[in-house]
Amino acid sequence: MFRRWVQAGMVCLLAVVMLGADPSTRFNKVGHEMICACGCGQVLLECNHVGCPDSARMINELHAQMDGGGTDTSILNWFAAKYGATVLAAPIRGGFDDVAWIAPMAVFFLATIGTGLLIRVWRTRYAQQTPVKAAGSPGGDAMRERIRRETEY
Amino acid sequence: MHSHPMPEFGSFSLLLALALSVYTLVVGGIALWRSRGTATAHDGGAGRLGETARRAGISSFVAMSCAAFALVWASFTNDYSVSYILHHTNRDLNTAYKFSALWSGQEGSLVLWAWLLAAYGFVLRMRHRVDVRLTAFASTILAGIQVFFLMLLNFAAPPFAIQPGPVATDGFGLNPLLQYPEMVMHPPLLYLGYVGFSVPFAFALGALMMRYPGEKWIHITRRWTMVTWLFLTCGIFMGAHWAYSVLGWGGYWGWDPVENASLMPWLTGTAFLHSVMMQEKRGMMKTWNVWLIFSTFMLTILGTLLTRSGIVSSVHAFAQSSIGDWFYGFIVLVFGICLFTFFKQKDHLKSENKLESLVSRESSFLFNNLILLAACFTVLWGTLFPVLSEYVQGTKVTMGAPFYNRVNLPIGLFLLFLTGIGPLLAWRSTSLKSIRRNFILPSIAMGVALVVLIATGVRPWAAGDDWQATLFSLVTFTLAAGVITAISAEFLRGASVVRTQTGKNLVASTILLTRRNTRRYGGYVVHFGIVVMFIGIAGGAFNQNHEQEMGFGDTARLGQYRLVCQSYTQDSNANYDTEYALLDVYKGSKKITQLAPEKRFYHASQTSSTMVALHSTLASDLYVIYEGKNPDTDRPIIKIFLNPLMNWIWIGVAIVVAGTFLALVPNLTRTTARVAVQVPEEAAVHHV
Repeated sequence: MFRRWVQAGMVCLLAVVMLGADPSTRFNKVGHEMICACGCGQVLLECNHVGCPDSARMINELHAQMDGGGTDTSILNWFAAKYGATVLAAPIRGGFDDVAWIAPMAVFFLATIGTGLLIRVWRTRYAQQTPVKAAGSPGGDAMRERIRRETEY
Repeated sequence: MHSHPMPEFGSFSLLLALALSVYTLVVGGIALWRSRGTATAHDGGAGRLGETARRAGISSFVAMSCAAFALVWASFTNDYSVSYILHHTNRDLNTAYKFSALWSGQEGSLVLWAWLLAAYGFVLRMRHRVDVRLTAFASTILAGIQVFFLMLLNFAAPPFAIQPGPVATDGFGLNPLLQYPEMVMHPPLLYLGYVGFSVPFAFALGALMMRYPGEKWIHITRRWTMVTWLFLTCGIFMGAHWAYSVLGWGGYWGWDPVENASLMPWLTGTAFLHSVMMQEKRGMMKTWNVWLIFSTFMLTILGTLLTRSGIVSSVHAFAQSSIGDWFYGFIVLVFGICLFTFFKQKDHLKSENKLESLVSRESSFLFNNLILLAACFTVLWGTLFPVLSEYVQGTKVTMGAPFYNRVNLPIGLFLLFLTGIGPLLAWRSTSLKSIRRNFILPSIAMGVALVVLIATGVRPWAAGDDWQATLFSLVTFTLAAGVITAISAEFLRGASVVRTQTGKNLVASTILLTRRNTRRYGGYVVHFGIVVMFIGIAGGAFNQNHEQEMGFGDTARLGQYRLVCQSYTQDSNANYDTEYALLDVYKGSKKITQLAPEKRFYHASQTSSTMVALHSTLASDLYVIYEGKNPDTDRPIIKIFLNPLMNWIWIGVAIVVAGTFLALVPNLTRTTARVAVQVPEEAAVHHV
């Protein structure tokens, strides 16, 4: 079992190492993490207004930043510093921005634990209940009705 | 002083509708209060006084119809004395769009909302004999909602306000983005969905108020809820198709706050449709279900608030105004009433049964609800976080597609997984043997699909920066193979039993099986449609695009397509000027079609819009946009997208619609050859 985990880990490591640095896909990725500053609300590389006062300049700036060797994060921070935080298509500046990412995961995690606990409580209570009466006993009609309802579909 | 007979008639109708709704609410409420403890389900609910309230409710539909008619009439007759008509139509507007002007602005869309609510109320009050007292409660609650919307229409956003000064000769026109065939259908469908959730809400609240015994109210509202859910589904996806075809950015879902507002009640409504089965069958989850439908209704109001108030930035800014305050008040009031009723009647919602096993249909429904509500919370959080950020940090942030995609994709995949395994689990408890038997085929299908996909090139580790999207696609396609196999196996297993019983062939047995239990197998068809949609969404990982300036005879290539520019020109009509290019599309050496992407400039509104040219196949969409002319060269700039599996999304929606219709069809009455259980004579007498 341990060997399989090691093998799986190696595959993951290789996958990370083999992540290509294809400049066109990287440009595409970073360009899709920003919003055009013209106010149209569209992703930078999808802003399709001819004569847009901002998109062409921003795309050139993106090319320049990538040629300058910056990391994705540093490039995005550069744009955020120049155009304001709203230029980023998602909050990534750290600090309170992290709350945006943590909260949904925390809620999901807590809800999963809560559901698990709920199921556990229900099962415990069910186990403590006295066995239900068999069909044919005074409660038989109710039991038959329950069986009909529960096996209908 | 000019006379404006039709606007005055409309205004009077609105006032009359308000008076009738107030009567239904107040007198209906008094009648129910006076009859408490004495009335039974079939004695007329609330007596003669209650009957007058019911009839007033029916009449309010007539009054509301007159108001809606007056507004449509004003649009068709170019009555620019009415401010709303002046701002949302013009003389040269196509007839269908003159009709759609009814919901193109704030006041008109509120008229549509109130009219649909009156129409739902009309049907409910006409069918009151299904359960007179419960319907009387629901009717009174619906009247309360109607009073709120009619107060808005009469005092805050009057649709028949007269434009001061001389009457204009022409209007300012309809927003060009709304001048598209789907926009004639999308808003009414969406509103039918939004408003429709008022009905199950009213029944749920009414049932709780009157401590309605048993689960009959769920049976009564099942069809209402499903039809409403269907309308909302169609409305959402028609909007997505409109965005894809009109906005010209190559996508169909931009996670705009208003799009999100429509998705949230859909998610909670879907959760309700699932969890309500636990209440019907096992008397469980009563509190949960009541709050799910309360939340769904409140989310529809929140969606309207987001559209109207301008608290979040949205492309749907056409409807922004100050009436948001009214909606804040209404949401607080509704929440207060729900909370008060819940605490007052809490003991009525005790579960009849407990969960017996973790591996059961019940727990799969629980997790299904958990996932759907987690998705709903994520969407709500993403929509409101910019407001929170501004409050805490002093700066707004953008919550765009990267946020929603990263957070919601794992949730979506988990949901897809549950779609497959949920129906394979038995109620109460599933044995290990049953799990082994039911899961072996889907597991093999997933294994085969995974190998085939990797062999055909879906390799996240070789996708560079796109590895996340490719990984998502790989997992989606693999899970989809498993879920489709599981659904097919369920049909086959059932059909084999029917075939053994009846001797019919497999196809006839499958049809008979489906007709015998339309709800169950309709549900499976809906699940199949959802899987097909997921496949289409996963295709987005392989999107390609290319932008090029194209003069006469210039060629652009993308994927297996070659586009040659035949000509580019411009034209004009009374409504708009247009520029377009004619592009011959070749696949190899064979010409397959000609596309004409277009850019229009509308005279009345002085705004432009794109008309996308589309060549759609099952494998991919060739999506071409005319972006405009390069001012330096005077040649058109063409942007081409190749969107794989796009059609699968729309086909998936069609399957979902078909499945929902199937689930709404009553079951075929079973004619058994012999009675399996002999019923004692006296018991049989009771059932006659």
